Amino acid sequence: MRFSQAWIVATKDFATFTKKRNIIYTVLIVPLVVSVALPGVVWYVQHRVNGADVGAAELTILLPAFVFFYLIIAGFIPTTIASYSLVGEKIEKSMEPLLATPTTDGEILFGKGLAAFVPPMGAILASSVLFMALMDTFTRGALGYYYFPNWDAAALLYLAVPLAVVMSVEWNVFVSSRVSDVRIAQQLGAIMILPLAGLYVGGEIGLVPLGDLNTTLYIAAALAIVDLLLLSVVRETFQRDQILTKWK
Amino acid sequence: MDMIETAGLTKKFGDLTAVDGVSFKVAEGEVFGFLGPNGAGKTTTVRMLCCLLSKTSGEAHIGGYDVAKDHDSLEIRQMIGVVPDNVGLYEPLSAYKNLDIYGRLYGMTEAGRRQNIERYLGMLGLWEKRDVAAGAFSKGMKQKLAIARALIHDPKVLFMDEPTANLDPESSKTVRDFILDLKQEKRTIFLNTHNLDEAQRVCDRIAILNTKLMATGTPDELENMVGGKKVVVELAQASDAVVAALKKKFAGVAIVSDGAKLSVASADPDGQVPDIVDAVVRAGGRVRFAGVEGSSLEATYLQLVRKEG
Ligand SMILES: Nc1ncnc2c1ncn2[C@@H]1O[C@H](COP(=O)(O)OP(=O)(O)OP(=O)(O)O)[C@@H](O)[C@H]1O
Ligand SMILES: [Mg+2]
Repeated sequence: MRFSQAWIVATKDFATFTKKRNIIYTVLIVPLVVSVALPGVVWYVQHRVNGADVGAAELTILLPAFVFFYLIIAGFIPTTIASYSLVGEKIEKSMEPLLATPTTDGEILFGKGLAAFVPPMGAILASSVLFMALMDTFTRGALGYYYFPNWDAAALLYLAVPLAVVMSVEWNVFVSSRVSDVRIAQQLGAIMILPLAGLYVGGEIGLVPLGDLNTTLYIAAALAIVDLLLLSVVRETFQRDQILTKWK
Repeated sequence: MDMIETAGLTKKFGDLTAVDGVSFKVAEGEVFGFLGPNGAGKTTTVRMLCCLLSKTSGEAHIGGYDVAKDHDSLEIRQMIGVVPDNVGLYEPLSAYKNLDIYGRLYGMTEAGRRQNIERYLGMLGLWEKRDVAAGAFSKGMKQKLAIARALIHDPKVLFMDEPTANLDPESSKTVRDFILDLKQEKRTIFLNTHNLDEAQRVCDRIAILNTKLMATGTPDELENMVGGKKVVVELAQASDAVVAALKKKFAGVAIVSDGAKLSVASADPDGQVPDIVDAVVRAGGRVRFAGVEGSSLEATYLQLVRKEG
């Protein structure tokens, strides 16, 4: 596995993405909106004219739930890119000449994975910094301290989120090998949002203690296992013989 | 030295045998034509030779490397260029960018890439269009860009799968002339086609494939494989009486009737045309055309391809 070779495959995709407006929108706008809208909600609640003030107790429940949003969006943002990057190649029939170059199947797979991983990851991390800064600014008064950064948020953003992005990328590679319509690929690809959203709902109804470092580490461990399982499936699917004859 | 060498090369898709025990050799610097009808297994063979598809059995070597070995496969792919039957360009990207990415995949330096992109786009008349997105190209331009892409790293062996299939006569000629230019550079070229005329014009040797390899030889050798010359007479309308009369008069000679078209094998066709026409007229036939037909690559091709079907 030569990283440089995989990177060339990925840079080709990056060059293509910059020409696709919907990809730019999904990858940049969604995390940005979350990062501005959620602090905006907190700010609004605190500045309502007649409302009761949100106290420190409510905030310490609200804030970790809000951070969890990043895990949910991590589950679907790669979908747009991965489905375009693979189903697009299928439609343009551009896998065959690529496979004819001295690039191994693993390098192509890794390159495609990087192409779908790097932009969402970058956008999520950058916007999460904005999110934490805004939240700290708006909640410092009520809390008396800066809520962010903290260990739980760090474990979520730097461990669980990348693992969720990897899961989504792998799942989308698998889906893209089975369907030849970008839209269907995107709908099936976004299914990975369900278990993550399920966890969020579990947190809201008190089944899953969100905002707890241990919970986040358990979630990360589960994601890591799913990632490894999916990797073996994806490697099986991503073989030149299969790509040219079975991918429909 | 043999650049391409196969022995008993076979590919099965489930129960279907697409390529059956094919053996041939292509020498360095040779233009080798692979002729066959739709579904003959041309694309499948090229894919096996280019390490895109695994073989079911048999052997194939390119430049001495074994297509079935993982490590050899990378060496082979560094050495060959492929123009697939579907061009598979990156449509949103410019012509230049398409070639540049491939140059990088072959490990070329930036200067080397720039030089070859200019050279090949120039030779194919696309240099002025280098900044246009490939998706905006016409079919012929796309095909030429795919050819430039296959050549970007100056491969020793070039595989082309029906490179003129979608082209108008003028573009086909550009591509054919280009193949002849490449031949001057001593590159080995493997050309899939079902255009007999094209094969005859550019190929040093031709193989006729119909799942099995039916024949291999120079265009001249193949032309002469099937029968000698014959006299052909076209009647105004088909007539059994005429056929019977001819068979009686020229007993022991192969006479074929295909509706109103009769052909009579002959060692001296030019001398025999008047006699044959005379016999036809006497039997009540009305002659629309009479002449001599030589054997042709087409005749050989049709006979070999039909034999199996
Ligand atoms: N992936 C596949 N799965 C099953 N059968 C296949 C597959 N690819 C090719 N075949 C079959 O193998 C045979 C040879 O096909 P191939 O594409 O090699 O023919 P070809 O000579 O290139 O034809 P054409 O002139 O139409 O391009 C055909 O019967 C085809 O249906
Ligand atoms: Mg074909």
